[in-house]
Amino acid sequence: MGRVVVDVMPKPEILDPQGKAVAGALPRLGFGQFTSVRQGKRFELEVDGPVTPEVLEAAAAAAEQVLSNPVIEDVVRVADIEADAAATVASQGLA
Amino acid sequence: MSRIGVVTFPGTLDDRDAARGVRLAGGEPVALWHADADLKGVDAVVLPGGFSYGDYLRAGAISRFAPVMGEVVDAAGKGLPVLGICNGFQVLTEAHLLPGSMIKNESLHFLCREQVLTVENSDTAWTREFERGEDITIPLKNQDGQYVADERTLDELEGEGRVVFRYQGDNPNGSRRDIAGITNAAGNVVGLMPHPEHAVERGFGPDGAQGPRSGTDGLRFFTSVLRALVG
Repeated sequence: MGRVVVDVMPKPEILDPQGKAVAGALPRLGFGQFTSVRQGKRFELEVDGPVTPEVLEAAAAAAEQVLSNPVIEDVVRVADIEADAAATVASQGLA
Repeated sequence: MSRIGVVTFPGTLDDRDAARGVRLAGGEPVALWHADADLKGVDAVVLPGGFSYGDYLRAGAISRFAPVMGEVVDAAGKGLPVLGICNGFQVLTEAHLLPGSMIKNESLHFLCREQVLTVENSDTAWTREFERGEDITIPLKNQDGQYVADERTLDELEGEGRVVFRYQGDNPNGSRRDIAGITNAAGNVVGLMPHPEHAVERGFGPDGAQGPRSGTDGLRFFTSVLRALVG
């Protein structure tokens, strides 16, 4: 079973009211160092079998057509979650 | 008698009010079901307010793929009058029948109030019983009511006279350029955030010139389309 992760963020020029509210709450809890917060969405799409280039292509198409609205959001990542994790571990010299 | 379809999605709230508005205006309301790719031969369609599919993903994003919407999009392209109210407006933008999108109110609060709007286009199928420049009062109640679009789209809407309603007084939700409602180029598809179907009968509407709860400005949306249909 493979899993594709899709990250969607509000466009930079669109005010993100939810992120703004979170940013307002952080200092009240002592987290004064964060000057701005933007809140997006993460989708995990599962497939039977491995994540092939075709699967990634289909996920990218779904991300553009359904998972995001291009008027207000950008798709910032479409990736094979396991491959990503493996790459991260390798880069940290832990694999 | 003209037949006006009112679509019910899972989570639609105001379909009965919209049907009542149609009836009070002198039309025959026809219930349309989201899962049926069938418009039952209606002469116009209303997409009412509510929280279809719980606003999951984005408001209106999942309703757009309902079987009935394929028919609505086709028929709208051929000139069928379509009115999207609140969540219905969100469905129309997600279906690309109208440009732009809605995000959360700037205040992050759910709003419910009587709202004054200025009518800026009285040539659409749904506004011809209004005067251009007229102020009307109907309820506004929403959470994701902040209309956004890029500057080019906004300039285009303004240049082509496609801003149909603008919020009068304080902008309630941060909508770009105080836009409350817009139309497509042909003028048959109109979407707005406030709710005309809640201001159609004396005793139940907003306060009006003739006393408390006497406002019936919303009724003219429905009489407008009925007049448009008989030519």
